[in-house]
Amino acid sequence: MTAQRTGTAAPQAPPLTALRRKDLLGIAELSPEEIVLILQTAEAMKEIGSRPIKKVPALRGKTVVNLFFEPSTRTRTSFEIAEKRLSADSLNIAIASSSVVKGETLADTALNLEAMHPDMIVLRHSSSGACHLLSRICRSAIVNAGDGTHEHPTQALLDAFTIRERKKRIAGLKVAIVGDLLHSRVLRSNIHLLTKLHADVWVCGPPTLIPTDITRFGVRATSVVEEAVEDADVIMLLRIQLERMQGAFFPSLREYFNVFGMTEERVRRARPDTIIMHPGPMNRGVEIASEVADGPFSVILDQVANGVAVRMAVLYLLAGGAEHEEAA
Amino acid sequence: MKKLLKGGRVVDPAGGIDGAFDVLIDGDRIDRVARDLPVDGADVVEIPSGLVVCPGFIDMHVHLREPGQEHKETVATGTSAAVAGGFTAVACMPNTDPINDDANVTSYILKKAKEAGLARVYPIGAVSRGSRGELLADIAELKGAGCVALSDDGRPVATALLMRRALEYASMFGMAIIDHCEDPSLKGDGVAHEGYQAAALGLRGIPGAAEAIMVERDVLLSEATSAPVHIAHMSARASLRAVRKGKEAATRVTCEVTPHHFTLTDEALASPIAYDTNVKMNPPLREIEDRDAMIEGLRDGSIDVIATDHAPHHYDEKKVEFDRAPFGIVGLETAVPLVFDRLVHPGVIRLSRLVELLSVNPARILRVPGGTLAPGSPADITIVAPDLRVRVDARAFRSRSKNTPFDGWELRGGVAATIVGGRPLFVNDRTGLRM
Repeated sequence: MTAQRTGTAAPQAPPLTALRRKDLLGIAELSPEEIVLILQTAEAMKEIGSRPIKKVPALRGKTVVNLFFEPSTRTRTSFEIAEKRLSADSLNIAIASSSVVKGETLADTALNLEAMHPDMIVLRHSSSGACHLLSRICRSAIVNAGDGTHEHPTQALLDAFTIRERKKRIAGLKVAIVGDLLHSRVLRSNIHLLTKLHADVWVCGPPTLIPTDITRFGVRATSVVEEAVEDADVIMLLRIQLERMQGAFFPSLREYFNVFGMTEERVRRARPDTIIMHPGPMNRGVEIASEVADGPFSVILDQVANGVAVRMAVLYLLAGGAEHEEAA
Repeated sequence: MKKLLKGGRVVDPAGGIDGAFDVLIDGDRIDRVARDLPVDGADVVEIPSGLVVCPGFIDMHVHLREPGQEHKETVATGTSAAVAGGFTAVACMPNTDPINDDANVTSYILKKAKEAGLARVYPIGAVSRGSRGELLADIAELKGAGCVALSDDGRPVATALLMRRALEYASMFGMAIIDHCEDPSLKGDGVAHEGYQAAALGLRGIPGAAEAIMVERDVLLSEATSAPVHIAHMSARASLRAVRKGKEAATRVTCEVTPHHFTLTDEALASPIAYDTNVKMNPPLREIEDRDAMIEGLRDGSIDVIATDHAPHHYDEKKVEFDRAPFGIVGLETAVPLVFDRLVHPGVIRLSRLVELLSVNPARILRVPGGTLAPGSPADITIVAPDLRVRVDARAFRSRSKNTPFDGWELRGGVAATIVGGRPLFVNDRTGLRM
C-alpha cells in the first residue's frame, strides 16, 4: 500500500526457485505460485525427454523408493522413468513382494525403509491420508502418488501442464469434469489446482456419485452432462469403476453411458477447440466413446507423456531445485 | 467414623440444595447436609472456598475392555481413571471378549471391580446373545448377576422386532435398553461424518441420518411399548429433533451426549493434525450445526446425560491409516474439565444442571443408588474446582490408553476430590484440599 501511494513499484518477491516443503501430500496445501513453479520447471524437464541422451545428473546420489500398495502401471512407470532421467537411484516395492502380507503395519514398513536412509518415498496407497501418516513419522520426503480417494497431486499437475500446453492459460477456461466424482482422488486434486488457477470448473455425474457439499470447493455441480460440456474448453472424464453398480450408485454401465457417456454428439456442444482428457485407465464405451478417446480432440496420450516431465519437476524441486544443485 | 465436609458450596439438585452447607458422612453413608453442623467428634475436612461439593458423578457409558482386551484397559485401570476424572461410578458396556451376555461374565467384572476397590462398576448386559441381534440374552440371569441395563453397544439393536421384544421383556425387570443408534446400511464402511470435511479428505461418510433414522425407530417403539429407551452418544441434530418429539409425546426416551460431541466438529479431521486417528470415533464428530444443536439440547434440557463413551485403544491400534484405525477415544479424565470449560463457564448450563447431567439423571435412568446427598444415600461425592487451570497430559492418564484428541489442551475447571462410600479415592492437592 505504502509503495503504491508513493508511486514507486512494490518490491517484487523473488521468484520461487524451490518447493520449501518437505513433502508433496496434495494440491490443497500448495500456493498458486508453487503450482506455477512446478509447471514451469516441467517445461524444462520435458525438453530433457526429447534429447538423444535423456539423462541429467540433478538427483545423482539420491535414493528414491517407489512404495506402491496398489497396482499401478502408468503412475509407477512414470515416476520410475522420471527418477532415472534425473539420475536418482530408484527402487520399486510393490504390495505383492512387501512384508505387508506378513501383517506389518504401514508405519513399521516405512520406518524400516527409513532405516536405510532413502531421500524420498513415493507412496501409492488405498487409504486416504496414508501419506500424511508417513509424513509425520519419516524424515524422507513423501511424494503422494495417490492416496485412497483423497488426492493424486502429480496427476492434477500433469493435467494442468497439458491444458497449458494446448490453451496457453488456465484462468477463465471452462473445465467440465464428468464421471465418478465421489471416489476420485484425481477429481479432488484437479479441483484444488484448477480453482487456485482460476478456471471455471464444472463437475458432473449422477447425484449418487457427487460428494457432499461439493460446491464449497468453488465449483459448479450438475447432473445434466449437456450443461456441463456446453462451451467447455476442456472435458475431463473420470473412470467409472465396474463394482460401483453393486453399491447401487447407478443401475448399469449401459445406462451410465446413455446418460453421461462422452459421445461425439455431446462433444459437439463444447467449444470447437475443446480438448478431451482422461487420467486412465479408460473404460471405453462406459465413460467415453472410443470415437472420442481416439478422436481429434483427445489429448489423453499427451497427458501420459507429460506425466514424466511433471514428476521430474516435482522430485527435482522437492530435492531443493537449483539451490540444491548450486550447493552440490 | 464420621467425617464433616465443612465450608464450600454444596449443589444437590435432588435435595433442592444449592449454597453454603456442611456435609456429614457417617461411614459409607451420608448422615445429613445442613448449615453450620457441629463438629461433634467428626474428622473435619475444610473445603477451600471456590470448591463445590456434589453428589458423585456417574459415567453411564464406558468401555473397561476386561475381560479380553486388557492391553487397552482393565477394570482396575479404568476405575482408577474414573476416580481421577471425578466419577464415583461407571456403567460398563458389554462388548468385551467374551461379550457380557452371560451372568458369569457379569460376575467376573464385578469381582474385578471389588478387587480394585475404586469407582463403583455397574455392568450393562447384552440385549442379544453375542450382541448378534438374533436371540435375546438371558436377561433375568444378567439382572440377577448385577447388570443394571441392557445394550448391544458398538452395534445397534439389529431389528425393529428385536428392539420391540427387548423393550417389552426388559421392562418387567425395570431395565432400560441403551441403544447405539446407527442404520448399518447407511453407515456402510464409513469412517467420518458425511460432509465437506470427509469429502475434502476422501474419507467415506457416515450421514447424520444413519443415526437419526434409528432414533426415530426407537422413539416409536418406546411409545408403543411404554418401555424406557436411552439413546447412547447422540451426535446428529436430526436425532435430537426425534428425541424432543418423543419427549413432547411423553415417551420414556432419554439420551446422552459425549464431551467430544459438544466440543469438537469434523473440522478436527483436517487440523491441527490431518487424519488424526484420535478424532476417529463412532458416531463421528459431526458438523458445526450438529455440535451447536447438542449444546442447545444441553441448555434447554432436552439432553438428559453427559457420558464419555470412554473407549480405550492401544497406541499401536491407532498408529495406522485412518480408515483402518478403531473408533473411539478415552474420556474419563477429560470430561469434567470440558464440561466446565465448554458449558459452565460460557454460561450454557449452571452448576445444578451439570449435577443433573452427570449424576442425578444417570442414577435415575440406570436405577442405581446415588445422584443425591439425601440422608442414608451412599457417601459418593465429587468435589469440583470450577476455576482450576487444567492442562491435559495424556501421558499422565491413569487409563492404560492415551487416545485423546485433547492432549495439551488448557481448560478451566477440574476435579478436587472423589469420595466413594466415604473413602477419598482421589484428592487433587493443587486445589488446596486436604483429606
